[in-house]
Amino acid sequence: MSDALLSVRDLSVEFTTYGRTQPVLHGVSLDVPARSHVALVGESGSGKTVTMKSIMGLLHMPPASISSGAILYDGRDLLTMPRRERLKLTGTDMSMVFQDPMSSLNPVFTIADQMSTILKYADRRLGRSRSRRERMQRVLEVLAQVRMREPERVARSYPIMLSGGMRQRVLIAMALLSEPRLLIADEPGTALDVTTQAQILKLLKDLVEERGLALLMITHNLGVVRETSDYVYVMHKGVVVEEAPTAELFAAPKVAYTRALIDAVPRLTGARPAERTEAAP
Amino acid sequence: MEFLRFLLRRVLWSLLVLVGLSMVIFIIARAVPGDPARMALGPTATQEQVADLQKKLGLDRPIVEQYGLFVVGLAHGDLGRSLLTERPVNDDIRDTFAATLELVLATIFIAVVCGVPLGVVAAYWKDRWPDNAVRLVAIFSAVTPSFFLALLLQILAGYVLHILPTTGRLPPNFDFAPGYTGLVLVDSIIAGRPDAFLEGLRYLLLPAISLAAATMGQMARITRSSMIDVSSQDYIEASRAFGVPEWVRVCKYMLRPSFVPPLTILGLEFASLIGNAFVVELVFAWPGMAAYGIRTILQKDLNAVMGVVMVSGVFFVLVNLVIDLLVGLVDPRVRIRGSRQ
Repeated sequence: MSDALLSVRDLSVEFTTYGRTQPVLHGVSLDVPARSHVALVGESGSGKTVTMKSIMGLLHMPPASISSGAILYDGRDLLTMPRRERLKLTGTDMSMVFQDPMSSLNPVFTIADQMSTILKYADRRLGRSRSRRERMQRVLEVLAQVRMREPERVARSYPIMLSGGMRQRVLIAMALLSEPRLLIADEPGTALDVTTQAQILKLLKDLVEERGLALLMITHNLGVVRETSDYVYVMHKGVVVEEAPTAELFAAPKVAYTRALIDAVPRLTGARPAERTEAAP
Repeated sequence: MEFLRFLLRRVLWSLLVLVGLSMVIFIIARAVPGDPARMALGPTATQEQVADLQKKLGLDRPIVEQYGLFVVGLAHGDLGRSLLTERPVNDDIRDTFAATLELVLATIFIAVVCGVPLGVVAAYWKDRWPDNAVRLVAIFSAVTPSFFLALLLQILAGYVLHILPTTGRLPPNFDFAPGYTGLVLVDSIIAGRPDAFLEGLRYLLLPAISLAAATMGQMARITRSSMIDVSSQDYIEASRAFGVPEWVRVCKYMLRPSFVPPLTILGLEFASLIGNAFVVELVFAWPGMAAYGIRTILQKDLNAVMGVVMVSGVFFVLVNLVIDLLVGLVDPRVRIRGSRQ
């Protein structure tokens, strides 16, 4: 699958703190073909967030360093291309939906201000230009696309004036501003109540399908995986331990760790799962 | 609106504080040993003369009644006469207050304009050499007593380098006197006198720097820690992911949410600023209210002391009110919730 939109090849990342080097990712490989919905699942500390940050260029280096591997986007390696070129892609063609709606919006600027600032500099990187008015137009348009009932009012609001669900939608709108082809979602809605999270996931799925976007969903929740993806990578301790089409993975997990993860999903029916989580490798 | 209610509450509390302040100072001023009448008349005056003056000043009456008279006077905007200058305290304060105001405003300006950027620089290069340099400067300027710095600057700029004047507010026999606002820098612009503006600035520089150093150090330290705090917030990481350029992120997305703690500290620093102004004004022979206040305290000039304290108190309260307003402007959360967090 080397013709994938995003292809992480054999990525290894290590962190150096106080003179000690700790490998965190050991040769992670994953593919996100165009228009596909891929999930990357794993518990806290499994390396899924470091993988995501490597892709988005958000790792703080130092302390982090990429010891080997490549991240191909559209066939071009993000790690070796000039910084300018890379900045043209991140935040525009490949964009990110942040996890926590309560803390991912700047509390002291209005939604309109934050969104049009993002758009302004995205345009500038791509050599486009838009007037202040056109930018505002686009902001309202995207807010309406994430099913916001009163885009004007939302745009004028400060984050504190919006509910968690609305803020999460603003975060999705931010990612959609520059019409990306790849959306990386970092556990959106985990900070929300279950009902709102379900709505958010539904919205995200609809948007991705309507536009034919590729989606990389990063989560620890297999319920979310089942809802939103066709293909899954399971990560554990910095290694991809299993990959399979979603349905297959749920039907017949090959690795004990995956089985433990599946058993950890709460069910509405049946007996409580046995204490198999303990058996995870 | 919530925020207006919040401000109104602050005003009412401030009034209460001012009443408390007036009582405490009134009692303390009378409790310390020394007879104002005797001190005003000198050692050669007879006992009858002293008693006479005491009676005239109302010092023979019970303290509650004295306080009542003071409050009645205050309500009429009359602070009584000064024993020291033998003029109404109102006039004395009017003449000296503007000089202090100009000094304090210049001090705040210097402290903010130098302190905040220093803090930003330190936070941006955290634990690297610019940070260490700023922290060193901030600590030194925060702990150096202002009178010491004042003397040092006087010696260096005045006697060694001969670049700046060391005493007063304008050159002697200068044909310009502040009128409308009492602030030399403002009035000289209004009057269209650039030469007076420059002279005023030259005279203002040393006292303002001496007074500003401590506050500037505080501003730098608070801004630094506040910026570092904000820099690890998710929304800063998010703006990075959306490709907002570094300088916008630092100067806009990080600085504004970081600005509330330094502002609040500035309000608190203000009290010590007035205290230090007393000393700095003496060193530089600055014709301000603080210097007047010291002379009247030493003379036990009760009316003048009360006047100076009350005016300083009102000044302090007003500055903090302005700061509350600014905090509300900077941080919408304060405006909307009507309180901080």
